[in-house]
Amino acid sequence: MIVFEKVTKVYPDGTVALLEATVTIEPKEFISIVGHSGAGKTTLIKMLLGEEKPTNGKVYYESIDINRLKKSEKPHFRRKIGTVFQDFRLLPNKTIYENVAFAMEVAGRSDDEIQSDVPHVLDLVNLTNKAFNFPHELSGGEKQRVAIARAIVNQPDIIIADEPTGNLDPINTNEIIQILKKINDLGTTIVLTTHNKGVIDSLGKRVITMEGGKIVRDDTVGRYSL
Amino acid sequence: MFWLNTKRVFRSGLQNFFRNGFVSFSSVVIMSITLFILLSTILLAGFLNFSLNSVKQKVDVNVYFVTTASESDILAVQKSLEALPEVASVDYTSADQALTDFQAKHANDQLTLEALDELGTNPLGASLNIRAKDPSQYAGIADFLNSNNSELLSSSGSSIIDKVNYAQNKVVIDRLTSIINSADMIGLWFAIIFIIISIIITFNTIRLAIFMSKDEISVMNLVGASNIYVKGPFVVSGVLCGLISSFIILALFGIFTFWINKYHGSYFVGFDVFQYYIDHFIKIVFIICGAGVLFGSVASYLAVHKYLKD
Repeated sequence: MIVFEKVTKVYPDGTVALLEATVTIEPKEFISIVGHSGAGKTTLIKMLLGEEKPTNGKVYYESIDINRLKKSEKPHFRRKIGTVFQDFRLLPNKTIYENVAFAMEVAGRSDDEIQSDVPHVLDLVNLTNKAFNFPHELSGGEKQRVAIARAIVNQPDIIIADEPTGNLDPINTNEIIQILKKINDLGTTIVLTTHNKGVIDSLGKRVITMEGGKIVRDDTVGRYSL
Repeated sequence: MFWLNTKRVFRSGLQNFFRNGFVSFSSVVIMSITLFILLSTILLAGFLNFSLNSVKQKVDVNVYFVTTASESDILAVQKSLEALPEVASVDYTSADQALTDFQAKHANDQLTLEALDELGTNPLGASLNIRAKDPSQYAGIADFLNSNNSELLSSSGSSIIDKVNYAQNKVVIDRLTSIINSADMIGLWFAIIFIIISIIITFNTIRLAIFMSKDEISVMNLVGASNIYVKGPFVVSGVLCGLISSFIILALFGIFTFWINKYHGSYFVGFDVFQYYIDHFIKIVFIICGAGVLFGSVASYLAVHKYLKD
């Protein structure tokens, strides 16, 4: 489904972010990427979203060469991927309901679909009672649940969660991971990057370990080994 | 789909504008200052135009006829002058009228009146007062009057024109023509400079407002919003900012010009600034609203464009 083929990324200042990274992610997999800061995890994810271009190598999503996508094709491609970030990245001037609805609006979904799906997704992340609050009125865990609701509302093929628990306490961390597991059980591929040893050890899923831009380990049932 | 997207872009733009209260307020204030400068420039141009026209009205050329010239010959000359394309108007003053005017003017000057009585006859000739459409055209009219055109000759073949005062007025007329041209040019340059400054101020303010939303723009990108979906709401907010500022400035100037006319009208030497504002209101509304909408939308579009990544 996703293939990184000998991907190297060297920034103009000479920093090597990725070095011949090769990895294949199968459909419905729950894959975690671990590594210290600067190991190349975020660069890998940015390439999957078409935000960065590799210096060498190729990134495929199914048969699509992501780097060959035209500027006008990228929005359509990104609608296949749901994203969740450590800093939530919600739209501050929109309510929780509108934040989730926005993802559906840009995908061209009808008002009827939005009115039926958004409450359903908010219910799934247990935020029905906060639908008309603004992001600044929510706790960190709640904000992350909104981000997840927004990521899954278009039923994407993949969810990329870039350190989604980095700003959360253990209880909220566990809650977010459980939601991600549930989404994965329903058939969505999850790509998770994290520093959290407890999360990795409790998941018991595939783990890729990165160091200095290289993939140094790829364990089918991995543990946190840094 | 087009109408659905348009509706959503408009709704989102309006929401952003009202929910971003303080930023929108600041943008409206700056945009209003810009439009204030623009409208002031328009009114100043109107005032300048009015003043120049009044000065132009004060310039004329007089043709004095010999005392023996018959009225029919003079009226024929008047007719020929009126036929010239440069001439705006020609007024005839008969010899008798000239004498009456002279006597009225010197009513308190007994010595002069006594001297006039001594002469026994009317020493003053008839005259024509000529106004050209533009001060620069007096030279052409003077040339016509100095030519040996048959219409300017009496039946005996001698010239009926005694004197044309163009030569005395020439220096003043030429200087005035050059001042009027310079004033027009300076006015135009001032307008251009003010408008450029206004545009720069507006663009920077809106760019700053959108700079604060750059994270939001990147989120929209990540969620898969097409460029039009990202830019659209910002452009709608910019247009709204322009429209609100225009209405504020149009209303303020209505009150301001009324007030200035009522209490300080004398400073404008006969220029009725309120009447000018009312007479040109539709044109002014188009210019001010058009400028507000144009600045707001183009500035927003360009500012968002800057923060839109691939």
